[in-house]
Amino acid sequence: MNRNQNSLYGVAALFDSPDDILKAAKKVQADGYKKYDVNTPYPVHGMDSAMGFKASKMGYVTLFFGFAAAAFILGFMWWTLAVSYPLVIGGKPFFALPAFVPITFEFTVLLGVLSTVFGMIAVVFNLPFNNHPIHDTNYMRNVSSDKYGLVIEAEDPLFEQDKVVELLKSLGSKNIELVYNPEEEKYSIFQPKFLVFLGIIAVLTACSTYVTLNKFMYLPPFDFMLNQNKGVSQEESSFFYDKREMRTPVAGTVARGYIPYAYTGETDPKEVLSNPLLPTKKVLELGQKKFLTFCSPCHGNYADGKSRLMGQFPPGPTLHSQRIINFTDGQIYNVITNGFSIMPSYKRQITRDERWAIVNYIRVLQRAQNPKPSDFTEIKEINKESGKNVPN
Amino acid sequence: MTKDYSVELALVEGNPPLRELDEVISAPIDSRPSHKYHIALSITGSLLLIGAICVGLTFYYGIGMWGNNIPVAWAFGITNFVFWVGIGHAGTLISAILYLLRQHWRTGIARFAEAMTIFAVICAGLFPIIHVGRPWLAGYLIPYPNQHSIWPNFISPLVWDVFAVSTYLTVSLVFWYVGLIPDFATLRDRATNKIKKTIYSVFSLGWRHSNRHWVHYEKVYMILAGLATPLVLSVHTVVSWDFAAAILPGWHSTIFPPYFVAGAIFSGFAMVSTVLIFVRKVFDMEHIITLDHLEKMNKIILLTGSMVGYSYIIEWFMGWYSGSPFELFVTLNRAFGPYAWGYWIMISCNVFFPQLFWFKKIRRSIPATLIIVILVNVGMWFERFVIIASSLSRDFLPTSWHYFKPTLVDLGILFGSFGLFFTLILLFAKTLPVISITEIKGVIQGAQPTHGGEHES
Repeated sequence: MNRNQNSLYGVAALFDSPDDILKAAKKVQADGYKKYDVNTPYPVHGMDSAMGFKASKMGYVTLFFGFAAAAFILGFMWWTLAVSYPLVIGGKPFFALPAFVPITFEFTVLLGVLSTVFGMIAVVFNLPFNNHPIHDTNYMRNVSSDKYGLVIEAEDPLFEQDKVVELLKSLGSKNIELVYNPEEEKYSIFQPKFLVFLGIIAVLTACSTYVTLNKFMYLPPFDFMLNQNKGVSQEESSFFYDKREMRTPVAGTVARGYIPYAYTGETDPKEVLSNPLLPTKKVLELGQKKFLTFCSPCHGNYADGKSRLMGQFPPGPTLHSQRIINFTDGQIYNVITNGFSIMPSYKRQITRDERWAIVNYIRVLQRAQNPKPSDFTEIKEINKESGKNVPN
Repeated sequence: MTKDYSVELALVEGNPPLRELDEVISAPIDSRPSHKYHIALSITGSLLLIGAICVGLTFYYGIGMWGNNIPVAWAFGITNFVFWVGIGHAGTLISAILYLLRQHWRTGIARFAEAMTIFAVICAGLFPIIHVGRPWLAGYLIPYPNQHSIWPNFISPLVWDVFAVSTYLTVSLVFWYVGLIPDFATLRDRATNKIKKTIYSVFSLGWRHSNRHWVHYEKVYMILAGLATPLVLSVHTVVSWDFAAAILPGWHSTIFPPYFVAGAIFSGFAMVSTVLIFVRKVFDMEHIITLDHLEKMNKIILLTGSMVGYSYIIEWFMGWYSGSPFELFVTLNRAFGPYAWGYWIMISCNVFFPQLFWFKKIRRSIPATLIIVILVNVGMWFERFVIIASSLSRDFLPTSWHYFKPTLVDLGILFGSFGLFFTLILLFAKTLPVISITEIKGVIQGAQPTHGGEHES
């Protein structure tokens, strides 16, 4: 440590026994010095009152953070288990206070300890402080081992060098040292060395992240989700005689809820089913949802054939042609079920009731394209009654 | 020989000058390691390597490498976990509870015991993570806002365990480090080597032995001791709840928390004794870690051993008094069933041999102490094994009864955990002061003012 010989930090004196240092501390305190310190290799009894200290208030830090931790973790457990994701576990209430006690206790201790220690070291002591003037002095080396030291700082209003040296000598110190402040060191964050260091850190972080996420996680055993010892459909099997991993149902298997459809495979059956569903609001909403999912990609959102797949795929015809308006409900149902021309069958994707709901919704779309004069008067009346302006 | 019990015995024999204490305590750090040290390190390192290989096999091939199977789904993994957590308890007991009880003799052994706590908890903490099989998924135990938007089940004893053990490790580490700061400062001011000086400067945080700091430091040390005391009791209580909260006969018992805590202190002191007997000899610290220390620890082993023995008797009583045929079956099955050999090893090592400490000659004989404490360690490992394996292997469905046999990988991981523990101990003994320099200076004769000083502590 380079020292500035013009800037005195203080006068440091070494004493040989705990009795001497206690006497010295009492005298210095009685003389009215404020900025002085006693350095001893271990806490010497009676020194606190000799230097006029009050009892340490660190306990309040522990108390405050302990209670804060308890309140936080209780609230957190209540929020996670009763609000964010309520789960009934073992028939206990969501807010199971007795079962929350252990974690509340542990967290209280944890935060109490960490806050107290951090508060003491970083806030109260202002450590780390390796640049303090009394480091690297003969004085420090001695008080670290077997001597008892007292240092009076030059900043003390009563400080006069000769007087202080005289006082410490009279108290029985045989070793008095003048401690000078260290030269101020200036660091610039734009030093090339530091920039290179930052660059290396950035490259290392990026590379290790890349390798971890893109290479390492695909190596065994981390790929246990990706590569499992099991058959995957569409792959060749070395086990089954037909070399297919995917198993098809046994002949004659009937799926749950299966009801045979009498006109399977017929594009234009002579007779068809009649619509079992009434066009209620609920049915129409279901029909709209399914229509938009399954039909609109080709037929368009309004069944007018203007779809988002136009140009990429043979366009679906408009459903507002006279031919389709004249279709019975059962005929439309049959087209959805069996398919028509290049339109495939949708019976695996859409349930029977959903198909009938779609038929009802198509009827709504057709009516909206070709309204009767009575429809307008009806809407006007509804608007008048409700006071709203539903557009035609 | 008559003895005046009103005078406290000297805690450090021979009353050496303070500078000599510095030299004795930092001698292992300053000197180059001897051949013996290298041999010891190579043995523990080999054990550690065996363990690492077995853990690697477990991670690669899965938990199927172990002997665990339904119904004995918890076997060596949890036995070792409970065993190591138990070992860890002596450290905090010595450093915190004996501190609060003003037992100044603790100074000579506290640092070492605290270090053992940390290393034992590290060993313990590994086992649940290994037992998960996919250890990188153990992160889900931490409550953080994740993509699945689910949280740990805070009312499960296993999650309590995570909080208890991780809190215990953190608090022990902080407690240990706070005690080490002044010692780092002393080492820093002794160091002549520039690299050493830099390292010690960093860890000492620029500590100045200032009395303006000591006043808060002592208070905080007491607060930490006050918080660590209920913590140490809570940790093994929570561990015992892993068992007691289950409905399995032989586990579902209210005596488990005190029984586990007593057992933990028992095994912890045995392990501290085992290690200290070697350390005081190898590092010439027999005048600081004295025979009196060992005798006092033997008394605690005798006390806690008797408590453990009492718990075994209560288990028999409860087997009969509960009126439950399942409880009675489990009690009888433990003593006379397929794991009877484990049970009787446990009884003889934990109940019978420690009772020899009633004799002062045996308490003060180092070879006898060493043999008994090693037996206690063995017995306490078997206690956990018997509790876990005997209860699980005979569950409610006789068709699924199954005799657990460990595989080589199981044994390898067990030995590996000892390798890890002793490797850490050896590294610690060679790099950090094994005795608190600051505290030991404060308790030798003539360290405190003879007059004028109020005795506050």
